[in-house]
Formats: sequence, structure tokens, C-alpha cells
Amino acid sequence: MKMPQFDYACPSSLEEAIQLLSDNEGAKVLSGGQSLLPLLAFRMAQPTLLVDIQKLAGMDRIEISADGLRVGARVRWCQIEDDKRLATAHPLFQFMINHVAHYQIRNRGTVGGSLAHADPSAEMPGVARVCDCDIVAVGNAGERVIKAADFFVAALETSLQEDEIITEVRFPPWPSGRRWAFHEFARRRGDFAIAGVAVFFDIGSDGVIADAHVGVIGAGDTPIRLDAVEQLLNGQRLDEELIGRARHLASETVDPQSDIHAAGDYRKSLVGTLTARGLRDAASSGAVK
Amino acid sequence: MSARIPLVGKPIERIEDRKLLLGRGSFADDIHRDGMLHAAILRSSVGHGLIRHIDVSAARALEGVHAVFSAEEIGRPVPRIPVRLFPNDGMDPFRQPVIADGKVRFVGEPIAIVIADTPAIAEDALELIEVDIEVFPAVTSIAAAVAGPALLFESHGSNRIFGYEIRRDELADIFETAAYTRRERLYVHRHTGITMETRGVVAEWNAADGYMRCWGAVKVPFANRKILAGMLDLPEDKVEMIEGNAGGSFGVRGEFFPEDFLIPFAARKLGRPVKWIEDRREHLLAITHARDVECDIAIACDGDGHILGIRADMRMNIGAYFRTSTTIAPRNVGQFVPGPYRVPAYSADVAVIASNKSPSGTYRGPGRFEADFFRERMLDLAADDLGIDRVEFRRRNLLTEAELPKPFPAITPNPVVTELDSGAYEHVLDLCLAKANWADKQHLQGKLVDGRYHGLAVCCFVEGGAAGPRESARMVLEDDGTISLYVGSSAVGQGVETILTQIAADAMELPLDAIRVFHGSTTYVKEGWGSYHSRSTVMGGNAVLLAAAEIKSQMLAAGAGLLQCSGQEVSYENGRVIAQHGGSVGLKELAGKDIAFEATFHNSKHTYTYGSHVAHVAVDAETGHIEIVDYVAIEDAGRIINPLTLHGQAVGSIVQGLGGALLEHFVYDEDGQMLSGSLADYLVPLATDFPNIRTSSIELRPSPNHPLGAKGAGEGGTIPVGGLLANAVAAALRDFHVQPTELPLSPDRIWRLVQDAPAQSGA
Repeated sequence: MKMPQFDYACPSSLEEAIQLLSDNEGAKVLSGGQSLLPLLAFRMAQPTLLVDIQKLAGMDRIEISADGLRVGARVRWCQIEDDKRLATAHPLFQFMINHVAHYQIRNRGTVGGSLAHADPSAEMPGVARVCDCDIVAVGNAGERVIKAADFFVAALETSLQEDEIITEVRFPPWPSGRRWAFHEFARRRGDFAIAGVAVFFDIGSDGVIADAHVGVIGAGDTPIRLDAVEQLLNGQRLDEELIGRARHLASETVDPQSDIHAAGDYRKSLVGTLTARGLRDAASSGAVK
Repeated sequence: MSARIPLVGKPIERIEDRKLLLGRGSFADDIHRDGMLHAAILRSSVGHGLIRHIDVSAARALEGVHAVFSAEEIGRPVPRIPVRLFPNDGMDPFRQPVIADGKVRFVGEPIAIVIADTPAIAEDALELIEVDIEVFPAVTSIAAAVAGPALLFESHGSNRIFGYEIRRDELADIFETAAYTRRERLYVHRHTGITMETRGVVAEWNAADGYMRCWGAVKVPFANRKILAGMLDLPEDKVEMIEGNAGGSFGVRGEFFPEDFLIPFAARKLGRPVKWIEDRREHLLAITHARDVECDIAIACDGDGHILGIRADMRMNIGAYFRTSTTIAPRNVGQFVPGPYRVPAYSADVAVIASNKSPSGTYRGPGRFEADFFRERMLDLAADDLGIDRVEFRRRNLLTEAELPKPFPAITPNPVVTELDSGAYEHVLDLCLAKANWADKQHLQGKLVDGRYHGLAVCCFVEGGAAGPRESARMVLEDDGTISLYVGSSAVGQGVETILTQIAADAMELPLDAIRVFHGSTTYVKEGWGSYHSRSTVMGGNAVLLAAAEIKSQMLAAGAGLLQCSGQEVSYENGRVIAQHGGSVGLKELAGKDIAFEATFHNSKHTYTYGSHVAHVAVDAETGHIEIVDYVAIEDAGRIINPLTLHGQAVGSIVQGLGGALLEHFVYDEDGQMLSGSLADYLVPLATDFPNIRTSSIELRPSPNHPLGAKGAGEGGTIPVGGLLANAVAAALRDFHVQPTELPLSPDRIWRLVQDAPAQSGA
């Protein structure tokens, strides 16, 4: 478990970093290192060059405005955890990030790193997908805004170009009174999710669901959205009958793989269970969760 | 002068900890020698096959590489690791070569070793070695191994490579005539002890003196010295094993592994010190594994729930080879099924099965964790079938004090006679039930509360300890009036330094800081045995008592001389020799008198700590998650030297049991690839996972077998956990008629049991 040889650079500007990436085939960006360094130790990744972005200016703040959140790529999990503004500005985001790994890892891991790593069980890709985030990346061709729906291609695979660096992720605004919940199931606290379901929706003055979002991690090649369940929910009143149908539909919609921790059929059932629990939880959450 | 308050029995903080907490410990990887090189091991990536060709030329040519050795350079016949405990000639064909020669039989088996300037270069070189292996079909499950046709050892003609028969009385026609019988097939999965510190060896050869010095020894340095000396063709006194601090053993770390030969071999061959530190991936692949045993078990009772007999047909999957401690689990699993219960007639056959997995050996509660799962599952099933309360069923079958000592069922081959020594089994059961509020909580059995089903179970267990044949301790009175205590026991993180200091301080009537313990290295005493089978407190402790008695009489003799009186006119008190005429001398004055003694304590009788555990679980039937709501354990350790260190051992032991019951699992695919090769997939309990453990150790029935009265402890916590948890889950899910027959109790498995349950509840 000793890393293979690689070159290391720690540029001080974004332009320089991009140049290093485009000049060196097989170069990788090093951010918090919480996924990349174990991959190197296992020799599952053998990059020629690591471009450490820790000296780049900016990219390390959470900005909140009427347009939503702008979260710098180098923002660490612990910043999200500690940011008191997020309790109202984006409680779902903050709550999901609390499920990321362990305290020590949350002190190092970054938003951009997790998005670029694109583990389908990870919370950050999941929250980006369910919240319809825009992911901003900069490369030789300039800045590109990529919709989360287009960003995640497969397990550990994104639509980023070799020379692109994620600089920011943008969240649409979070209206007050929005109902939400996140349920994750893992073997141990802090493990990658066997499955996780995030739901949020608004309740109109007519008492029916509007703008339902249902996102799932751990049950596909990428973080996924359950469009069919969202359609089922929109315009309906949330009751046990609807929850039961949503549960069944959620379970039927996903087609997860088996691994040593859980078989595919178990995961399917789990997605239904967590969807139902999420909806119940969200319904009772009201505006003050 | 006030009477001295004994230190034995006091909750004294570990004297080891100050050094460790200040970062001054010395672990294997802390050793640095001038000119030291680093090793990396090429391991088989194939579960079963024949090595056709190894090409190491590119690896040898890499800059920074000093040597690459395979079986060819090591020389044939390649040395093979001996069976240390209960060896039998019948095991000889199945012993592991220190490096694969011809066949490879498990993923992780060493094929070649690279020595280089740095560990990273050594690993780079591994990637340059070309190995051509003809892949054979592998067998990993017991069913596949029994069925064949793939054979690990073709000339043997079967993957059943050994067997034990365990008998008590005659079963005769009990099963034909009993009022009640039940038969089940049960299985305990493969897992093992994961030490915080991985294995490591540093070896240095002194060519001028023909002397080999090795660091990184732990658990059994003397036994390993003997093995290594034999393999290197050196006299034992030309091999030294040095034990530093150790980040755990749990039975697995410290046995003799291939690297314990390969690293010293390389150091001698190259004339340079060589270091090898196992990485976590290697640890998971190639450390001693444990459990992995299937049991067809049948119980016969009379109509009142008295057990008449048990019959068990077991198959233990030991992996690819017999290694040093492989014999223990198959022996124990056969012998411990009756446990603390009166099982008048008993018969077990244990087949030892070879498969393409890492060789197995002892791990905390070897064979006993498995046996207790089999037995306690059957007791709950039988009690329920007979309509008898599960506690009452146990009361009717627990051995009474009048029935002790009780011999264990006889085992062949390699018979050993041992007996349950002493205990108030039912009394401790009652204490445990009371502490767990068992009676008050019965209304919760099977009840759905906030979406989870609650269940409680209780189990009784015995734990073996104090393996003989002997242990050594040497006491030396130093110039400054302190006493150096050299022991053959090994410190594996269990606090033995503190324990032996307490015993020595009391025996010498001195304060703690007047005793300094030196442990585990092969130059300290002539012969030592080490730390396994919960033996160091009993065996090491009694050796200390013997040494103390002798040096006290030496002190009296010397003191009498200095005080100019006869030996009958002096007495020893609190570190002074006092004459009847009023004069006295202290230890400093006696220091020049060559006061020293090496004592050996002999004992062939085992001790049996015993106790009861109660688990209260809440099961989420939709996700299969099991929460430990409360866990209560009481064990009678006979006599407690240090309640603080024992408590730590007990809690850690239970947590390891919970890990085994719920989380930890070595999963292999059909080709012999291990699918749980990192700590992201092999799930060890974390410090925060099981907060609700309440355990107490008490002193009720000292062991009658030795002067100290203590019983080996530290493994007991692990032993009953699997059966207990399975029974608690069955109780929680009784409306679904769920009956777990296999471990681990993973969420997927529990969910599936509920899905497949014959009767769904109203949910």
C-alpha cells in the first residue's frame, strides 16, 4: 500500500492548474485527497501528476443570496456542518452532508472532490442531483456550467474534460416552508450508503404537493432521480395511500446491483422503505424542521 | 506502621499507558537499523493453481532492488510451518510452505519476496514480476470442498484432511426413544481478529557471531524462536526475538507466518537488516482467519426439558493449510457444545476441511464462539417447542456446584483431560437476569414499538484459560533496591505488565514503582510460553509468586547475615528484613548479595471463567437493522487482579463478538477471490457503534487449581455473543417465526428471513 511514483505540483493560480492538467496526460486534481489517496495506495489509480489545488485563491466559501447557494469547490464538509446559515438557507444540504463519513474525513473532504469522484453512493453527488444543481467547471475552453443531470455519467465517471477543474456548485434557492427529509441506510454510521433517499416538495395553499423531488443514492450507477415517483406525487395530497404507492413505485423503478453488503432485491426494497419514511417524515416536518 | 493495603484487586490504571500515550511506545514499524532494507511480498492473485514459471529479471533490474527470492532461491525442500499446538503426523502433508513451491492454494499466499531500498520501490518491483499460473478450479465453501472434484492436495484424494471424535457416554438409542428431538443445520461464517497494529518483522543478521535478532515478536516469541532456529539451522540461543509494544493479538497476530522466515532469511542472505510491515490488505488476505464451521446438530430431551443427549456432525473450513494454531478451533468446537450444561450423553464428529482460503487458527474464543452459537440456538428452539420458559429450561440443565468438577467430553486424537473447575452457574445467571431487568422487560418480547420489534435473550457460557504446561518469571534485586521482573508472558495490549506488577508488589510487600517488568523477549528467561488461551494472569502470575517466595527467602538469609543473627530470628516485612533484636536492613543494603531467582510454574489444569449475558435488541423488520438496546454481561473470574483492566478486556471482547455476529465477514467468490479485502468492506465495529454495554466481573468461585485463584478471562465476552444475538432476533421477530440459522446477522439476511417467513404478522 505504498503509492506509485507520481509528480506533484501545487500551482497558485487556476490558469496554471488548468495548464498543468492539459499539458500532462493522466494528471489528476488533488483536493481533500480522501478518495484519491486510498486509490493511489491500492494502486488502483496511477496518475502521472497530482495537481494540488490547495493554494488556489477563493473556491472555499459558501455564498448565500436570493439566487440560491454558491458553494466553492474547495469547501470542506466541516464548513457545511458548522455553517449556521444553512439551517434555513438549505437544511437538506446540511443534513445530507452530516452523513458523510467520519469527523476526521469531514475535516478534509471537499465538495468539488466528491463531485469529481462521482461515487454513486456518496451524499454530495446525490444532493447535487436531487437539488438540480449547476456544476461550474473551468478549463482551457473557458467556463462551463453543467447540469447535475448531465454531469454524472457512470460510477466514478463524469462529463468533466481532462483539463477541467470544478470551481463551484450552485444550488437553486430554497423556499421557506419547504418539506424535506433524507433517510440513509448504512451498515455502520459513516459508511457509504447501501441506499439513501432524499425527498423535498412544497405544499401549495390548496394543500397538494408541488415541485416534488425524489433522489436516490446507492442504487444505481449514478445518483438518480425517481421521475415517476415525482410525477405521482405532484398535485396530490400526501396520505398513507399515496405513500404506499410511492413506496411501491420507487422500489420498482430502481434496478440496483448486488454486492457483498446487500443483494439487489434487498436494495430495491430498501429504496421503497426509505422513500416511504422520507415522505412521512417530510410531511410532518412542516416549515420548522 | 499501618498494614499494607494489597494492590491485587485494586483498579490501578495501566502502567503501560503513560509511555504509549506520550508516543514513546516501540512498535515493529518504529524499529530502524543502520543499512536497513525493505521487503514486499508478491502474493498469489489466484485461488488455486500451479506455478509454471516465475520471471523476476525485470524486478531484479529495477534500480533500488537488492534481491528477489522465490522458492528456487530459498532452496528445496522449502521449509514448512509446523503445527505448534496438538500436532499430529496426519497433518504433515497439509502444512504450509513458507513460500509457494509449485501449487498456490489461496489468494494471498506468498510467491516471491523483493528486497529494496524503500517499501515503495519494493512494491514497484512486485509489479514487474511475471508469474505464469495454470489456474485450477477453486473450492471455497464447505459444500464445494466436500463435493470436490477440485482437490487442494491431490494425493490425499479428498479435501477432508483431518478429523476429531468427541464423546461423552453412549448416545445408544436416546434419539429413538426421547420424548423430544430436534435437528438443525447451523453455520458460523468466517471472520477474525483485526489488530490495530498489523504484523511486522525486522531481522538483523550478525555474521561474525552467527546471531539472528528479530523485532516484532508478539504472543509466542519462544515458540517462534524455536521454529525459526530450526528453519535457519541455528542453535536456539543464536536466535533472539524481541517483543516491543504490540497493537493487539487476539490470538491471530504473533503466530509463525511465512514472513517470520522470509525476512530473517533475506537478512542473512544479504547481510543487511530487513524490515517488512504488513499492510492492511495483506493482513486481511493472509492473516489467520477463524470460524467458518457448519454443524448438523440434534438435541434430545425428556418431556420436562431435561437434555438427554446432543449429537453433532461438524465441518470446519480451515482454509488452505494447517498452521501453528489451526487445531484449536476444530477441537474446541467439538468439546464446548455442552458448555456449562448437563449433557449426559454427547457425540461430535468434526471434519477438518481444506479450501482455497487463508489458513485459519485461533481467534478470541476459538471454537467456543461457534459452539455456543450452535448450543444456545438449540436450547431456545427446544424450550419453545416444549413450551418451557427459556430461562427455566436453562435452569433445569445447568450443572450444579455439586456436579463440579466435571470432565469435558473426551477427544481423540491427541486426547487432553480437562474439567470444569468451579462455579455457581445458576447463581450468576440470576445476577445477570436481575441486572438486565429481565422480568420487567418480558412484556417487550416480540413487541412492535416505534417501528421496531423488541426481543431479549439470555445465554450461559464457559471460557477456558490457563493453558500449561508452564511459565517462567525471574526476579532480580537491583542495586537501587528495586526489583526487576523478567517474564515469559507476552504483552499484547492486555495490560499484563500492570497485572504482574501488582502481583509482584503484593508478594514482595512493596509499592508498584519498586517493580519493573520486562516481558516477552527471548533473552529474559530461559523458557517462556507467551500469551494465548487467557493464560498470562494465571500462569505468569503464579510464576511471579514462586519467584517472589524464593527471593524473599534469599533476602532473609542475606539479611540474617548482615544483622548477625540466625535465619530463624529474622522476618520479612514491607521490603525490609527485620531481626528480633530490633535491627533491620532494607533492599538497598541487600542489593549486593546476588539476590535473583528464576521460577517456573507448572500447571496442566485449566481454569473456567463462566457467566451469563443478556441482550435486548430492537429489530427493524423493513431494513433488517438490529440495534443493541441493552447488553448486560456478568462473568465470575474467580479472583480479579485488576478490575479496571479486566473490565476493558470484557467490553472489548463483547464488542468483538458483536462485530462477528453482525458485521465482520470474509467473503470469497467461487474462484477464491476475497471480496472483503479492505476495511471499507470488512466491517470492524467502531468505537461509537455499540455504546450500550454493561458488563461486570465478580469474584465468586476462585479456581481451586492454583494458588492465585484467578481464572483466565478476556475471551469470555466474545464467546456467547453470536448465539445470544440470534436468539434475541428470533425473540423479536417471533410473530414472523424467524429463526436465524447462520451468522452474520446482516441487514440483508434479516430482511430476507422476514420476507421468507412462513407467517407474516399483522403488519
